[in-house]
Amino acid sequence: MTAAVSLRATGARARRRAFVNAAMHAVLGLAVLAALVPLFLIIAVTIAQGLPAMTTEFLTSTFNFSRRVQGGGYLHGLIGTLYMGGLATLMAVPIGIAAALFLTEFPRSRLAAPIRFFADVMTGVPSVFVGLFVYAVLVRQIGFGTFVGAVSLAIIMLPIIVRSAEEILRTVPGDLKRGSYALGARQWQTVFRVTLPAAASGLTTGVMLAVARALGETAPLVLTALAAQTVVLDFQGQGQTALPLLIFREARGAFAAGQERAWAGALELMALVLVLSIVARAIATRRAAR
Amino acid sequence: MRVTTESATMTTPTMTDPAVEATPSQPPEIRPPGAMVPPRPIARARDASAPRNEPEARPANPAVELSDVSIFYGAFRAVRDVSFSVPAHAITALIGPSGSGKSTLLRAINRMNDLTPGSRLDGEVRYHGTNLYRADVDPVEVRRRIGMVFQKPNPFPKSIYDNVAFGPRLNGYRDNMDELVERSLRQAALWDEVKDKLKQSGLALSGGQQQRLCIARTIAVEPEIILMDEPASALDPRSTLQIEELMAELKENYTIVIVTHNMQQAARASDRTVFLNMGDDRAGYVVEVDDTVKIFTNPREQLTEDYISGRFG
Ligand SMILES: Nc1ncnc2c1ncn2[C@@H]1O[C@H](COP(=O)(O)OP(=O)(O)OP(=O)(O)O)[C@@H](O)[C@H]1O
Ligand SMILES: [Mg+2]
Repeated sequence: MTAAVSLRATGARARRRAFVNAAMHAVLGLAVLAALVPLFLIIAVTIAQGLPAMTTEFLTSTFNFSRRVQGGGYLHGLIGTLYMGGLATLMAVPIGIAAALFLTEFPRSRLAAPIRFFADVMTGVPSVFVGLFVYAVLVRQIGFGTFVGAVSLAIIMLPIIVRSAEEILRTVPGDLKRGSYALGARQWQTVFRVTLPAAASGLTTGVMLAVARALGETAPLVLTALAAQTVVLDFQGQGQTALPLLIFREARGAFAAGQERAWAGALELMALVLVLSIVARAIATRRAAR
Repeated sequence: MRVTTESATMTTPTMTDPAVEATPSQPPEIRPPGAMVPPRPIARARDASAPRNEPEARPANPAVELSDVSIFYGAFRAVRDVSFSVPAHAITALIGPSGSGKSTLLRAINRMNDLTPGSRLDGEVRYHGTNLYRADVDPVEVRRRIGMVFQKPNPFPKSIYDNVAFGPRLNGYRDNMDELVERSLRQAALWDEVKDKLKQSGLALSGGQQQRLCIARTIAVEPEIILMDEPASALDPRSTLQIEELMAELKENYTIVIVTHNMQQAARASDRTVFLNMGDDRAGYVVEVDDTVKIFTNPREQLTEDYISGRFG
């Protein structure tokens, strides 16, 4: 070993290292595959089953007179989903982001720990309980309808928004906030002019997760929105419906035509969430860039 | 007097003309944003109990005077019994080894330390005779008059224009924003480089340009004093020189306090120098305060001599 030192890896150890390396690659690759396969299957099956029934009529009309036969659509469900989802977002986003701001802006407050605990517990509450709770507290007073349905969806969304927004707000650099304070900004001015804009795109992602989760919920709506056979625009007092309610009803029904519509409804719901996410992201990144 | 962070950070009443008691002649009025900086009258001469670190030749018109200032982070005393004054329309340099409390002291002058939970200040920081730590002083008003440029450039993720307009807009300034933005950028020697891309993000600039943007943003609020914490330490030599030239121009209109580790920079750029050292208890204290020329040619203390000639620190 006097001449030039070889950097080439040789011998038993090098071979073993190469083997371990390859094995680890394979294991990790399989894990990724295992995680992705169900996802792709869900998407593929939904598209394959839903697309044939996804007609213009399906998108633009409500139930036929007879649900046994083909035709008709889920327009009332789509409108109910958008209506209740929109209302729920309007309720849950301000409250959820305000709570997250409270946690990040006043971390030493005595209320911080209880709020966090409450949000964690709420995340774990089965959604049917949320429906029962709203039923007991609101529906028995003011009846079924769009508003009470939206309240139950907002309760589902709230803890998701609080926890994700808290994480995102924490990532806003302290340097930025100090720059704002050094210019004579008050705390609320710093929050509205620096912290929230800097976090906008991340906050949107968190909100979209919550919206997606809420739009897919069935259980809390059964006891609050109840049902509707046609488009309902009443704010409160009339039964309302939603895509998951219709899917749930027809998917377990006996009629093949109904099951086809349920598949198309599932596809519609999936596409809706996708479109909303893309639009929200686009708006958020555009605003953040300004 | 002692002001805790909890009581001082927010909802304190606005600065209720706190100078009346101390200096009846010139209350620091809230200037309308965008107005030119008025010449500050000379502050009332201080009474006989001059702090001990003060040399004989005390500047005639101090903008800020610290007396017996101690600053604590929780139980830890970071700065002990510091007294010095900052002459108006001049550049004062704070030098000293790492951990001697330069940044801490600088942040005490515009009450940025209030933002650090658990920090506390004993003693007085007087601004034209008014103790900035009096209970009725609003720290937000203090920061509007005493601006700060940080070590690491920290432009907002907004356009160049919006970065500069940020401070004036806080005060509801709506008059001629374009003109104010241009004037501030010109004063910060950045206008020619950015005048065609004011709508671009401030983050798209080079480090040196970002730092000058931060200076422009500070100037736009038209403070009286600008604090700079190692403003050039993250910059290349050319940008450093630009910042130094800029400071020399700015002192016509502003009082500047700068923290620097760079001895040549302190010697070149400043008029007055405060040399801090760290004691055995890790608390910073003032060793010597004097005109920069004196400090760098003929310091009174051996410690100062040793530090500026690079023998320690
Ligand atoms: N936010 C803080 N919390 C607790 N201790 C702090 C904090 N900031 C500074 N200190 C302590 O106060 C002392 C002085 O720190 P300071 O940053 O003022 O020193 P400095 O002279 O600016 O040092 P450098 O030259 O390294 O920037 C140090 O011992 C430091 O650890
Ligand atoms: Mg420092």
